[in-house]
Amino acid sequence: MHELSVTQSILDIVLQHAKGRKVQQVNLVIGQFSSIVDDSVQFYWDIIAKETLAAEAKLHFERIPGEMTCNSCGHVFHPGSETFLCPSCESNAVRVSGGQEFQVDSIDVE
Amino acid sequence: MCDGHNHSHPTHTHTTTRVPVAEQILSANDRIAQRNHSLLHQKKVYGINIMASPGAGKTSVLLKTLEALKGRLRLGVIEGDPAGSIDTERALAAGMPAVQINTGGECHLDAVMMEDALSQLPLDDLDLVVVENVGNLICPANFRLGTHLNLVIASIPEGDDKPYKYPGMYMGMQALIINKIDLLPYVPFDMEYFHQGVEVLNPGIATFPLSCRTGEGLDAWADWLVEQARAEIIPR
Ligand SMILES: [Zn+2]
Repeated sequence: MHELSVTQSILDIVLQHAKGRKVQQVNLVIGQFSSIVDDSVQFYWDIIAKETLAAEAKLHFERIPGEMTCNSCGHVFHPGSETFLCPSCESNAVRVSGGQEFQVDSIDVE
Repeated sequence: MCDGHNHSHPTHTHTTTRVPVAEQILSANDRIAQRNHSLLHQKKVYGINIMASPGAGKTSVLLKTLEALKGRLRLGVIEGDPAGSIDTERALAAGMPAVQINTGGECHLDAVMMEDALSQLPLDDLDLVVVENVGNLICPANFRLGTHLNLVIASIPEGDDKPYKYPGMYMGMQALIINKIDLLPYVPFDMEYFHQGVEVLNPGIATFPLSCRTGEGLDAWADWLVEQARAEIIPR
């Protein structure tokens, strides 16, 4: 059900920016730390976008992996799901440096 | 078709133009959450949003917290969990204003539901509104409500790898309760490993290990919450 409200929010944004033009593709950027958004978004889209200018739009997901940066040695890495330790120097002084994106990046219109 | 010198393209019937948008997907929800926050601020009411996975003991923490705050702050309750712990009727009978939100099957509360619930509470007579969010850890994190505090309740039996499994949730909170610490001798739970994960995602987060069964740690949590609330509701 989570995906339904997300899909509705995406549609609202898309129609607002389409300004009466037909939408071919919606380009989304979703970071790994941001949310779990799965393929059901396209499924909901096909239902709720019906009879709008975005009815035939394809949703394109750009997935950004989670990224951390080591404060000790500066190494940038993608953490696993079991540890956040720096793979280079094993320090635990690391910080989140990417993967929180959750936005409509652009739309392709006719 | 395009040589390096000619940048004009032939006109087709279906040309595609890319329109930059760069808008947060939940920006509409965030705007309403901001409105809720302003209302709470204006009414001098502190808001707390409680999130937990099923089985973390949200029920017990909530009831123990309300008990500990009784007489210190004027409390109101927003019940968002369809399988909710606080009996709305019982809260009302105890003189505690309570509102039940029908989420319509949604797995989370959103700012619109929160706005509606706030309009049904006597905010002028309240100091603290406790929101019980729907019991899962995946969805509610993204939907801001406008409360001052997002609280996550973790628990010992759930395991020490929760921060690694749900990084998004652990980044979005402002306080963390680790419930059921009385089970530590019986369950493999590496507290250091757990804390390390949390500290990476949310440096310096206020953390309260406690047990609703033995009462250990409850006072520290309740006192801290009262202090946070008073700092907000008492004009400086
Ligand atoms: Zn390092």
